[in-house]
Amino acid sequence: MRALVLIKVAWQSILKNTMRTLLTMLGIIIGVGAVIVMVAVGQGAQARIKEQIQNLGTNMIVLTAGASNQGGVNQGAASFNRLTVENVDTLRRESTLLAAISPVIFAPGQVIGGIGNWRTHVNGVSTDYPIIRDWAVSSGSFFDASDLRTLRKVAVIGQTLATNLFPDSDPIGQEIQIRSVPFKIIGVLAAKGQTAGGEDQDDVVLAPYTTVKNRLAGRQFIPQILVSTSRPEDLPAAQAEIKAIMREAHRLASWEADDFTVRNQTDLAETAESTTEVMTMLLAAIASISLLVGGIGIMNIMLVSVTERTREIGIRLSIGAHGSDVMTQFLVESTVMSLMGGAIGILAGFAGARILGHFTGWSTVVSVPTVLGALAFSASVGIFFGFYPARKAASLNPIDALRYE
Amino acid sequence: MSSQPVIHTQHLVKVYAMGANQVRALRGIDLSVAPGEFVAVMGASGSGKSTLMNILGCLDVPTEGSYDLDGERVNGLGRNALADIRNRKIGFVFQGFNLLSRTSAVENVELPLLYDRSGKRLETRRLALAALDRVGLSDRGHHMPNELSGGQQQRVAIARALVTQPALLLADEPTGNLDTRTSVEVLSLFQQLNDQGITIVLVTHERDISAYTKRIVELRDGHVIRDVPVAERRLASDDLQALDAVGEVV
Repeated sequence: MRALVLIKVAWQSILKNTMRTLLTMLGIIIGVGAVIVMVAVGQGAQARIKEQIQNLGTNMIVLTAGASNQGGVNQGAASFNRLTVENVDTLRRESTLLAAISPVIFAPGQVIGGIGNWRTHVNGVSTDYPIIRDWAVSSGSFFDASDLRTLRKVAVIGQTLATNLFPDSDPIGQEIQIRSVPFKIIGVLAAKGQTAGGEDQDDVVLAPYTTVKNRLAGRQFIPQILVSTSRPEDLPAAQAEIKAIMREAHRLASWEADDFTVRNQTDLAETAESTTEVMTMLLAAIASISLLVGGIGIMNIMLVSVTERTREIGIRLSIGAHGSDVMTQFLVESTVMSLMGGAIGILAGFAGARILGHFTGWSTVVSVPTVLGALAFSASVGIFFGFYPARKAASLNPIDALRYE
Repeated sequence: MSSQPVIHTQHLVKVYAMGANQVRALRGIDLSVAPGEFVAVMGASGSGKSTLMNILGCLDVPTEGSYDLDGERVNGLGRNALADIRNRKIGFVFQGFNLLSRTSAVENVELPLLYDRSGKRLETRRLALAALDRVGLSDRGHHMPNELSGGQQQRVAIARALVTQPALLLADEPTGNLDTRTSVEVLSLFQQLNDQGITIVLVTHERDISAYTKRIVELRDGHVIRDVPVAERRLASDDLQALDAVGEVV
């Protein structure tokens, strides 16, 4: 029998029992819809996290102090700090791939100024810091090389600080005291938002690292060096280069372990992405269960349909239909039913994802592979769960089938 | 037409296993039907006529013996080969009409052509309409079976049986569900078709019906006990006129 005739026959028998067909399809609709919504939520989260990590800075490499290992007792990360300002200079001088480099010296403390006081992070950085973090000032200006050289007491404050200490006035030109040291505000950073970990990046004061090192921190070693390359492709090579330069600067023998740690954004991003990927798959797997239930619904209805239409099958067999003709007819029927359910389910899932996104504020992404996958999956549900009833129909004995009342 | 018989069976035996018992439904049937014959297979229930009808219709296979249909050896063929034989060589007319419900008359008639694997029958719709025309229902093609009377439904079934131009028209109690007048109408149609050269085997238990055929084969306990030509053949067209006359008087 020709394909067109088969589809027509299937379509006719689907139309004969509109209500039953709709209810059967509902199982698939809900299943496919649920999968689409769940995957949309998962992929939305994935996209958001990716965006947040990009937001940390572009092509960034983080160099942190290593772990000390004395007599076999490892003191953990940053327990053995040998990063110095000289290292920063060496890296800047010797590296060929680095586009920007900045030490970060942390000096958390109470900031007094404006309408009150605020405990915040005070970070001593270099003039390259805005490039590395892809972070511009929204008003005023960032400090320059001469500020750095002359240990000028100038500061650039984050949005959180600006709104909390200077809600009604322009902070530029005003003075704040950080641990009793007066700093002049010369700029306000653009809003950056939260990190993927939920930390407020705008709750910060940036000042020349030379000033912070001498007036606030007073330690020889620096906890972190941020570096960026001009192109993301250079990251692995730059990482290797930094390692080599640092090992030489620290005069490490070949058998000694690194006394520093080099990480890049991609590592961070990959970790976060693999986490959300697992979450997406988990959500999809849970939603697939409803698709499975929908498939069983199809099988159930097809079995009823085969019993009900035993006589029809008998007629078809008696006038020359092969078993395979009958089988194909029922398979086409269940597949058409599940495919239609799948198509409606995709629309429902699409709408559901939109509505969910609207009410929860979650970002949802319905991607083309998801839609194609859902269609393919619902078709295979139809074939898989339609197979047993169809085979049952095909193997009927024409005499018995004709006599069936 | 060749003189080759449409049906030729030799010592057909059918044994059913019913649990531990064996039921011998047919105990050696030798039957030959030439082209153009109109045969009534008669017998009480349990005589084996249904079994014979199933085997002649290639719906069932004999336990022993041989069966040639239209010059083709049928016994020993597989399920699909038998389906193809049924499709090409046999037209069935059943007691219960056996039309597909919610499928128009013309689509019902078209159905066997859709299962034709030779791929030769392209204008299925035209052939179906021609077959409907042959049974006098060309104007009812788009009616659903439940919109047709019993007689009309049986005529649609006959059109479906004819549409493949089969070697044999096999009718199983075709008038069993019809009233007297409609029965005579259907038999009149059978006689017309037979006059056009179509070989018909009609299974019935009613002696009245067999009087319209040309030859009676009677079965009992799986044997042919009588095989005689019909002596005084009734013509359905005459009886229809008689019925009309009575109707007018009443």
